[in-house]
Amino acid sequence: MLGTKLQVRKRLSSGGPWRLALLLALCVVIPLRSQSPKDAAFLVTLGQLREASYADKAGILEKLGQTGHPSIRPVFQALLEDRLFYRNSDQKVFIVKAADAVPLSLIDPITLKNAGTASPDGMTEIGVNNALRRVLQIGIARFGLSSPDASVRLDAVRQMLHSLDDSSIALLRERLPLEKNSAVKKEIATGLALAALDNSDPKARLEAVATLRDSLSQDVRNRLAALVVKNPDGTFAESDPKVRQAAADAIAHMDRWRSFYSGIETLFFGLSVGSVLVLIAIGLAITFGVMGVINMAHGELMMLGAYTTYVVQLIMPGHIGISILVAIPAAFVVAGLAGVLMERTIIRYLYGRPLETLLATFGVSLILQQGVRSIFSALNRAVITPDWMSGSLRLNDALEITYNRLYTVVFTLIIFFLLLLVLKRTRIGLDIRAVSQNRAMAKAMGIRTEWVDAMTFGLGSGIAGVAGVALSQLTNVGPNLGQDYIVDSFLVVVFGGVGNLWGSLIGGTSLGIVNQLLEPYAGAVLAKIFVLVALILFIQARPRGLFPQAGRASEDK
Amino acid sequence: MKCKSWLAVPGLLLTGMLFANVAAAQDNVIKVGILHSLSGTMAISETTLKDTILMMIAEQNKKGGLLGKKLVPVVVDPASNWPLFAEKAAELLEKDKVAVVFGCWTSVSRKSVLPVFEKDDGLLFYPVQYEGEESSRNVIYTGAAPNQQAIPAVDYLMKEVGVKRWVLEGTDYVYPRTTNKILEAYLHLKGVKPEDISINYTPFGYSDWQARVAAIKRFGSAGKKTAVVSTINGDANVPFYKELANQKISAEDIPVVAFSVGEEELSGLDTKPLVGHLAAWNYFESINTPANKAFITQWHAFIKNNKRTTNDPMEAHYIGFNLWVKAVQKAGTTSPDKVIDALPGLETPNLTGGMAKVLPNHHITKPVYIGEVRADGQFNVVWKSPGEVPGDAWSDYLPGSKDIEADWVHLKCGNYNKITKKCSGQNYK
Amino acid sequence: MLRHWSGVIGRDRGGASFLAVLALVAIVVPVLNLAVPSSSALHLTSYGTVLIGKYLCYAMLALAVDLIWGYCGILSLGHAAFFALGGYAMGMYLMREIGPRGVYGNPILPDFMVFLNYKSLPWFWYGFNHFGFALLMVVLVPAALGLVFGWFAFRSRVTGVYFSIITQALTYALMLAFFRNNMGFGGNNGFTDFKDIVGFNLDSNRTHVALVLISAAALAVSYLVCRMIVESRAGRVIRAIRDAESRTRFLGYPVESFKLWLFVLSAIIAGIAGSLYVPQIGIINPSEFSPINSIEVVIWVAVGGRGTLYGAIAGAVLVNYAKTYFTGALPEVWLYALGALFVLVTLFLPRGIIGLVPAWSKDKPPGRNVESKADTAAVNAGR
Repeated sequence: MLGTKLQVRKRLSSGGPWRLALLLALCVVIPLRSQSPKDAAFLVTLGQLREASYADKAGILEKLGQTGHPSIRPVFQALLEDRLFYRNSDQKVFIVKAADAVPLSLIDPITLKNAGTASPDGMTEIGVNNALRRVLQIGIARFGLSSPDASVRLDAVRQMLHSLDDSSIALLRERLPLEKNSAVKKEIATGLALAALDNSDPKARLEAVATLRDSLSQDVRNRLAALVVKNPDGTFAESDPKVRQAAADAIAHMDRWRSFYSGIETLFFGLSVGSVLVLIAIGLAITFGVMGVINMAHGELMMLGAYTTYVVQLIMPGHIGISILVAIPAAFVVAGLAGVLMERTIIRYLYGRPLETLLATFGVSLILQQGVRSIFSALNRAVITPDWMSGSLRLNDALEITYNRLYTVVFTLIIFFLLLLVLKRTRIGLDIRAVSQNRAMAKAMGIRTEWVDAMTFGLGSGIAGVAGVALSQLTNVGPNLGQDYIVDSFLVVVFGGVGNLWGSLIGGTSLGIVNQLLEPYAGAVLAKIFVLVALILFIQARPRGLFPQAGRASEDK
Repeated sequence: MKCKSWLAVPGLLLTGMLFANVAAAQDNVIKVGILHSLSGTMAISETTLKDTILMMIAEQNKKGGLLGKKLVPVVVDPASNWPLFAEKAAELLEKDKVAVVFGCWTSVSRKSVLPVFEKDDGLLFYPVQYEGEESSRNVIYTGAAPNQQAIPAVDYLMKEVGVKRWVLEGTDYVYPRTTNKILEAYLHLKGVKPEDISINYTPFGYSDWQARVAAIKRFGSAGKKTAVVSTINGDANVPFYKELANQKISAEDIPVVAFSVGEEELSGLDTKPLVGHLAAWNYFESINTPANKAFITQWHAFIKNNKRTTNDPMEAHYIGFNLWVKAVQKAGTTSPDKVIDALPGLETPNLTGGMAKVLPNHHITKPVYIGEVRADGQFNVVWKSPGEVPGDAWSDYLPGSKDIEADWVHLKCGNYNKITKKCSGQNYK
Repeated sequence: MLRHWSGVIGRDRGGASFLAVLALVAIVVPVLNLAVPSSSALHLTSYGTVLIGKYLCYAMLALAVDLIWGYCGILSLGHAAFFALGGYAMGMYLMREIGPRGVYGNPILPDFMVFLNYKSLPWFWYGFNHFGFALLMVVLVPAALGLVFGWFAFRSRVTGVYFSIITQALTYALMLAFFRNNMGFGGNNGFTDFKDIVGFNLDSNRTHVALVLISAAALAVSYLVCRMIVESRAGRVIRAIRDAESRTRFLGYPVESFKLWLFVLSAIIAGIAGSLYVPQIGIINPSEFSPINSIEVVIWVAVGGRGTLYGAIAGAVLVNYAKTYFTGALPEVWLYALGALFVLVTLFLPRGIIGLVPAWSKDKPPGRNVESKADTAAVNAGR
């Protein structure tokens, strides 16, 4: 550098120090001006987001999209996630790493590098509403088309299919020859076929209908249905009769498949409702069926399990994903201990007086409810659903199964078979069955009946607690959780046959399925009433439930 | 010995019953009754309101009380049981002889205490949004009437969001039924076709939302922008929103606007999947005014918990309490009769920078806000009414009520039929 | 025969003292409410009057449950359904009595029907503008339900816990049905805003006092009827059914008929109690059908001491008084108090509160064990 300066000096020896100064100045200033004019334009447009109204913001986002700047995607993503702020002092716009951190760590929107920190009071959020979120999602989806991850590409194409416009169609057409993944290719073909429905050539339209025939998507069906719509003046939206016919055929074909899948969906709903019923009933089946104790506090034991989940999530806030897995044994222990405590202090004095246990456990349920209210407050508590349990499993366009219900069904079956295993194959299970069948004999054989009683009650209560963990994912966690389920749990146990676990399983599942089958026709309330009336009539036909205890019980005197 | 033990138990019972009767006499205090459920299903919502009034009473006592006397709260628990509400109301008015009662939440509880208040000439401040179709001399309605909540929300969806298809989803009781009736009439008036409106009711505490949400999804995929107007009550909201999230119905696809979901309900929910769904209220905790900031600070200090939220019914009690204090000072006495006469026309500042004024129909003026749920459980205001909206007890969209008006100042009648010129129903004294 | 019956009453010390208290109440209430001025400390407010009336109605309901449970071993966990049905029947009469004084001013249709766009009165409301018809329905509707339900249940020999749970299902289904707004029964709000009954203004103290007296009289009559039944020969058969049902059947007694008629009688008593409850409380609402209400009735009977009739009454009054007192005195923690009461009573007073009074314990049939064996048998029958 010195060399050039010397050369410059030699050449300019007759030019004057002004030219040197100018050159030096340029040497210094040029490196500082590293921002290109593109960056500047981007920043200016970005800055307009600060004061704009929601309506104007949509236009600004369009403009930003058109700049082609590499920062568009991260800025859009940040805005979508409420992470775009501006600094009050100098009005500069920043992306923020996490919106609820204190202090906020800033990222420069152009360089995408760390730009220091700021306190939340010194920053103002740039807000969005639903319409803007829509625009942002479609914008981001367009970027998603070129992502290396196939599932991201699939989601992007699906997002674009929701609102096809010319630019989206152009992008899809570009992408199709490059696409290797078959699922994504199919989606793109669907999108292009939908676009082709507007083509002036009837042959192209016919081809498009043929492509769309196997789709199960509601969007596609709507579009095809629009073709066969009759205008008020007698003409059809689709002029060519062959295309119309093909479209009508395609719609009928789609509807048949869609109603088939809808039936499967209803069946699944029934299974999931039934699995909840089974879960809340099997704990009761043990305490009631095996021990003859009418436990009105069963619902509150479930509530304890749900609150245990809440507490576990409080203790491990960063690990919500495994919090449920930790909560299950924790809830079992907590509710089980509560049950054992109840048994040792109250219930063991009431054996042989089952209807007194109703009274005493009712008192305990009131105390537990108030206890929870005093410790946690009367408000509902927020239990977060872990990511692996949220969302749904998409089997095809017509059938989506929500994960939390799916896991509940699986969970119920696991718990049920575990319980069966414990009762049939373990020593403690053998003891429990022995004591329930003939207490005196069991005692004579050396079994510590009091200890077994406590364990049995603890087992049933523990299962109730575990049911509470499942319930925490499906409904409110509050002091009234128990009251909502207690009547249903008794109904299931009685329907299945008191003391019979298989009865509770089959009973609960069938009640759930019947309820869900009726619901679309009769509405939720009438469906429930119908199930109750059917239950009453059923018990009158089979007074001992589905699977009555074989042999004559000690009723005969 | 036997004779004496005979009479022991019945004797005790009788004395007990009579004892229930004897009122404690205290002349140098003013008693304020609080009639909110502290147990049972409604405790979730109502316990906070009890604490709000306790806070306002403590504040007022710091300022020297009222008319030189200390304010003493009398708290009872009607346990979400409607006949117990009537009993506790009678206990407050006749046994404890309170000067005013702040209470009730559900319309059933209000309807069951109404005869008690009208017979004993008490004064009730009712802070919750409700269905209208009522105006009693003994009640001041500081919550929203349908025209201060439901109608503006529907307007916003129609005009700003461009909604063409509507799902009116409610719990099966009178507030959703009335609101939906009004909304249906309003939508018809605005040209929405019957096949673009779907009305559905579910029972209290309903938690198996799968089938219903799937049906909403289907209804909303017909190609026109669809929205859900939700009058689902309290507890059933949690499983409803969870199911919406699981079936991936985002607010951008099918927005849900709720009238019974506020900051407190959101605090019991995982709000991440709900971002963008809407609520219509007359107050949001996120509204940035000095009065609101001061209220929130005061609340956090009183309840000793910085994470507790504030919500619209709390603001309604704030307004109601201040109105009562002003009315007592104006009338110079706590006698409910005189205070009731002094109330219409009184004004007090609300927490969002405006004024709440008592109207002759015993409703107040309130601003309307539409907010979108944020991930932190607060609301982002996306629309605000240009000024305060006066509460209308008798909806102009229902054939049975549009001819009825309430005016306790000139007409001295709660439901005066303008056509037949007759005053019927609740017209006491 | 008169000597026989007077002997029965004479031996029933508990019942006699109960009737004496009732007579005392019937005198004290009108005097303290109407004659004593409101400034005096002894004045009984209308709040107190209504409270006493409510306790009397609950006592009748508890009596109905004790009749079938304590003496026949039929545990009904849905008896509040009959109470509520009687209440609704009376409520329908009171709604029609409002006439044109309703909010919408319609002379025929109650307010909620105008609001729900009903064009005319549904058929099941016809006749309810006549008091006599309403009274008839108060008796007939619970009786009919009891008859149909009981006939099917007892004939199929549904006993023990199965019977209890299907009564729960019954009341739960009724609650859901009555909550529906399109049933024509006022939906969630129920019936309210009553004006008068048979021309007497429901706001006036005199009407309330009269209602208290009528409730007291109804309670006394029901008590005597129940006492006469259980002390008669039929009563012995009923107790035999409780203690050893199969044996009684094999001895040739028509067990099902006995159970059925007792059940229907109990339903009628509960229905009448409900019909007296509604005009005093001023509102009837589907939550009266809620399963928890029925469980609470059983709790009252158990706390008071079942199998004595007056025990059930004492239990009903005591528990409800405790609830009234605690929700006023300890509003934040009354559930602890009530819950603890139930637990302690079960553990330490196995025969209920009545067990505290040794003089009355002679009236109770011997052998607590007999009852508990019957319960165990009933529950075991289902296992």
